[in-house]
Amino acid sequence: MLNTKSTATKACDNLISQKVATLPPSGIRKFFDLLSSMEDVISLSIGEPDFVTPWHIREAGIYSLEKGYTMYTSNSGMPELRQELARYLELHYGVSYNPEHEFLVTTGSSEALDLALRAIINPGDEVIIPNPCYVAYPADIILAGGKPILIPTNEENSFAVRATDIEARITKQTKAILIGYPANPTGAVMPKREADAIAELAKKHDLLVISDEIYARLVYGVEHICFPSLPGMKERTILISGFSKSHAMTGWRIGYVAAERRLIQALTKIHQYTMLCAPIMAQMAAIEALRNGDGEVEKMVQEYNRRRRLMVKRLNELGLHCFEPKGAFYAFPSIQATGMNSEEFAEKLLLEEKVAVVPGTAFGPCGEGFVRCCYATSLSNIEEALRRIDRFVRKSRPNTA
Amino acid sequence: MKDIFEILEQNARATPEQISTMVDKPVKEVEKIIKQAEKDGTIVKYKAIINWPKLGKEDVWALIEVRVAPQRGVGFDAIAERIYQFPEVYSAYLVSGTYDLAILVRGKNMQEIASFVAEKLSPLEQVQSTVTHFLLKRYKESGETFDIPKETNRRLPITP
Repeated sequence: MLNTKSTATKACDNLISQKVATLPPSGIRKFFDLLSSMEDVISLSIGEPDFVTPWHIREAGIYSLEKGYTMYTSNSGMPELRQELARYLELHYGVSYNPEHEFLVTTGSSEALDLALRAIINPGDEVIIPNPCYVAYPADIILAGGKPILIPTNEENSFAVRATDIEARITKQTKAILIGYPANPTGAVMPKREADAIAELAKKHDLLVISDEIYARLVYGVEHICFPSLPGMKERTILISGFSKSHAMTGWRIGYVAAERRLIQALTKIHQYTMLCAPIMAQMAAIEALRNGDGEVEKMVQEYNRRRRLMVKRLNELGLHCFEPKGAFYAFPSIQATGMNSEEFAEKLLLEEKVAVVPGTAFGPCGEGFVRCCYATSLSNIEEALRRIDRFVRKSRPNTA
Repeated sequence: MKDIFEILEQNARATPEQISTMVDKPVKEVEKIIKQAEKDGTIVKYKAIINWPKLGKEDVWALIEVRVAPQRGVGFDAIAERIYQFPEVYSAYLVSGTYDLAILVRGKNMQEIASFVAEKLSPLEQVQSTVTHFLLKRYKESGETFDIPKETNRRLPITP
């Protein structure tokens, strides 16, 4: 009996594709298991809004169920939703897309990213990504058969990727540049001059830009630059976004892609054979979010901004240098002053003071020396967490007193 | 400036230091604005919202519709004041529609409210009629809900 089992396990191992078998598990996952076993932890490691979806949006979702909207929609998404998306992007970023054939509604922006990469990558193609970056970027590129090329970004440049660094890594195999600003995990935004320079590069080297703008609405004191709004970039940008962060709709799994018609057709091909369509109730809720959601979004942004200021100021005060993040809901302080590496810091902080932060290395090698602290949690949680971090940092500082 | 009051409206215990960081203004300036507001009545009072049933103490509340005759020169204000001066009156509003004043009354028991209506409110000369609605349950007050678990508990402890 035992024997059969172990043979079966071995057989399974052999049957799993090499690509998947060699794919490293998310660095966040490892931490999750440790965290789940503990109680009374203050978590600054939750990368989602602490707000519930605004009631008027939830109500629209409920109404759709009540009225029996339980069927498929067209592959590209409900026409009303695409029309609202076109209006929304025009209104907020001055970029016009044709609702007929320049949108694809997806099951969250995660699906959108996967589709975009699979639709454009031939085996061996290279996709340039800044690092540290969202955990899914390199993995999705590998799964699509491509090769992720990591461009280091650093605190001196406020974690915005520089066009010159990108250009140095462009080869014949380079297919696209994948950027996500405002950025997870750093909270960085893309300055206009760098965006312009990257746009020039894309044109010069005939590259696509995949712009993940899921955090577009969460910017503080700066204007978000919608990449396709740059001159000549609409044709070569795949814009990815969704409702999870802006409208606190993570669990609805609803996102979208906007791009030139032929690109959308390519993505839709994969989508129609895999996902078919995004859930209809989530689409109906998204329509309501676009029509009447701006007031609630602004309220949430204002609240995040207050927490952001508090967290960044306090982190700096207690000796964890933190550059000012102008987007998303993350602070990315340096922990180098403590003499610990990221994993050590995060693990000890969790075990000794019960505060969870994510080690920067979960987001790639350039995250070493940093941790990600999410401020999408209540002010009182932030304050208590910072008190504990303060105690931890002072305790663990080498004895200089 | 509006920011400061919005923060205090949400959390009256926010300190000037915390507020100063959140609105990006010097502590001294925040303190000055608050002091001034307390003085000129912009900030009326700092209070707590208590979930009394949790303590096993339950007051009786009634929402009373009051139709009154307005008076020459002072309109509804004089009679409204006559009514809201009673300590039993928790809130009082002039409203449009089929009646004039909506008042929220708080008492230890139904008798207390009944006698307030019968002995104090109704006998007032300008009061033409009253309709008393006893409150059965408080769901939400001053923007806060009761007995609803915090949504943060539902989030996974760590997400990308």
